[in-house]
Amino acid sequence: MENRFESVEHVRDGLKKVHYLSDDGIAGVVFLAQRLGKPILVEGPAGTGKTQLAKSVAEMLNARLIRLQCYEGLDESKALYEWNYKKQLLRIQADKNSDSWSQVQDDIFSEEFLLTRPLLEAISSPDPVVLLIDEVDRVEIETEALLLEILSEYQVSIPELGTITAKQIPMVFLTSNNTRELSEALKRRCLFLHIDYPDMEREKAIVLTKVPDITQNLADQIARIVRSIRQLDLKKAPSVSETLDWARTLMLMGIENIDAQEAKDTLHILLKYQTDITKAAKELSVDK
Amino acid sequence: MTVLDLMSGFIVELRKAGLPVSLTENLDAMEAVKEIPIEDRQAFKYALAATLVKSNSHWRAFETIFEVYFSLRGPEHQIPSDMSDAEAELWREEQEMQQQGDGAAGSGGGMDSLTPEEIAQMLMQALMNGDQAMMRALARQSVQRFAGMEPGRPVGGTYYLYRTLRNLDLDNMLDKLMEANRDQAAQELTKLEERLEKDEFESRIEQFKQEVEAEIRRRLVADRGAEAMAKTLRKPLPEDVEFMHANKEEMQSLKKALQPLTRKLAAKLARKRRHGRRGPLDFRATVRSSLSYGGVPADPKFKYPRPSKPELMVVADISGSVAAFARFTLMLVYAIQGQFSKVRSFVFIDGIDEVTDYFKSNVDISDAIHRVNTEADVVWVDGHSDYGHAFEVFWERYGKDINPKTTILLLGDARNNYHAASSWVIKEMQKRGRHVYWLNPEPRSYWNTGDSIVGEYGSFTDGVYECRNLRQLEAFVEKLA
Repeated sequence: MENRFESVEHVRDGLKKVHYLSDDGIAGVVFLAQRLGKPILVEGPAGTGKTQLAKSVAEMLNARLIRLQCYEGLDESKALYEWNYKKQLLRIQADKNSDSWSQVQDDIFSEEFLLTRPLLEAISSPDPVVLLIDEVDRVEIETEALLLEILSEYQVSIPELGTITAKQIPMVFLTSNNTRELSEALKRRCLFLHIDYPDMEREKAIVLTKVPDITQNLADQIARIVRSIRQLDLKKAPSVSETLDWARTLMLMGIENIDAQEAKDTLHILLKYQTDITKAAKELSVDK
Repeated sequence: MTVLDLMSGFIVELRKAGLPVSLTENLDAMEAVKEIPIEDRQAFKYALAATLVKSNSHWRAFETIFEVYFSLRGPEHQIPSDMSDAEAELWREEQEMQQQGDGAAGSGGGMDSLTPEEIAQMLMQALMNGDQAMMRALARQSVQRFAGMEPGRPVGGTYYLYRTLRNLDLDNMLDKLMEANRDQAAQELTKLEERLEKDEFESRIEQFKQEVEAEIRRRLVADRGAEAMAKTLRKPLPEDVEFMHANKEEMQSLKKALQPLTRKLAAKLARKRRHGRRGPLDFRATVRSSLSYGGVPADPKFKYPRPSKPELMVVADISGSVAAFARFTLMLVYAIQGQFSKVRSFVFIDGIDEVTDYFKSNVDISDAIHRVNTEADVVWVDGHSDYGHAFEVFWERYGKDINPKTTILLLGDARNNYHAASSWVIKEMQKRGRHVYWLNPEPRSYWNTGDSIVGEYGSFTDGVYECRNLRQLEAFVEKLA
């Protein structure tokens, strides 16, 4: 397999060019995944840029992004492939008389009658692709087994047709919100990456890249206030995307310098539970 | 020593610390280190973590072991007898500034001549300005000066840490920094600004502490070797920490581990409830789907079953020894209270009180727990556990509320201080309720020793479970709902 990245720095710079600020961990794991040809299992709190990472890597590599959104009840006909029954039926009816049965049988189980679903599509594509399997923790533990073959061998076995092997090794990202423990078998096949809330410096840099025209000073204040809020014992800490929403709001309101009152008035953008808002408002304005 | 030898020692140590490292993961790690040079510590660390650590709660344990095995090895990490040139330069500059400030014509020699107060002063300056290099240099210097480390001395790292930090007066550093900051500021700081400054200083002080800790570890490893050091640093993973013996730091990590766990439990239980068995035929949906088969009901549809949720009564001993356990169980139960039709909770020591109201929806659970500890009326005579009396009062006041749907959870070590057991109450509970379970945070081998009478109570319950750590508690709750 050709090496698409030269070094960890290369990955980091490449991601930066597409406006994704990575840290040592993220860039390192992406680099390694490409070198070892392994999928990455990305875990972490909601809104820290797990899905965005896959999108950005696709953009950076100029590859097509194929996305499989997981949900309860997902099965192989939605994830892998399905036979196009209607077309098969038409084929049989079209020339009832001419062909012998065995010929028809060979014919209707050919690739022409196969509907590819995201997983099969990802490995049968001749061009480089990035495969994103989003929120993999939502499928039942039995369905997880569907993924195992493609994740370790990059192939799909179709009983009537044989095994389809990947023309190129796609980069695979699986994201999980950790609502249940994933099976050992799945974890073992992946590299594990935990994306946590960014530290203050990185958060500030993210705000600066993602919100155009924001001043250094305001971005700095935002990052610091968010850090203080995250230290509180909250039901749901503010995520990066909420920080960005907050920054945009403050920009729209034309605020240059956040004071306690303004912070308090806009807290509901950062926090989504009333108890959290009350608590943060109290902590930020009164006590020391 | 080659990288390979180091790696195998490292992986053995990870397994000893309780991390489940499989053979394939081991091989992956070996592959990974081929791609990343060991000299690049950060990248190397993340490469190992990505292949070996598959759960975020194991990260801390991994980091500690990694530090001992890799960060502190190699020629660049040998204990410097003298400081590097760059550091020495820093020192000189800093000292000059110091002297100018004091106006004193000091001895001007090496840093050994500095008094602890002066070093503390310099540290404060460094913290004030967020000067990373200076902080690092100071951490090294103060360990060398104050920790009093001697080779072969069988003392743990915490002792040295304590000695170092005491000399620097780090406890009062935050106040001092805040004060200095206030003096410096051109105008009065608003409360918000002050708060932000405080958080900033706190994080810098924390960073300095970590530098000191790392320095101490580095020296200890040099003295004793990585294997011995890793052994002394070995700590249980959060899910294996025992409730009854957790220290403050472990409590924090437990609390952190509890949150994702409750989410997982709730999702799992909801799923279990939906998929438990098939419900009755859903006529409407069946007819609808039959349309695509030309009106033949080839694919019958069924309704989701909606089994009734159990009602729960939690009766918890909150006397000193088992308080932490009761707290965690209450937190866990209330975090997944959506899975029960009703949850009522009672706490006792020798008197008993109902605390359900404290947990009324939308209240912060930690606040509620705090109120339980401070406001509940649980002392009757002397504040020593008296299970017998507490149960009797419970039966008298709330016994009538138990119905065939009620599941009762009794939490405690059943150490009754040789009072009357009144185990007839448990028998009555079992007769009237659906299930009675007893959760005991003590190791099984201690049961029924001394004043523990868990066996006597247990004979009337539907089961007594050992719940020493989060893992066991989780397994039980999953069974319950």
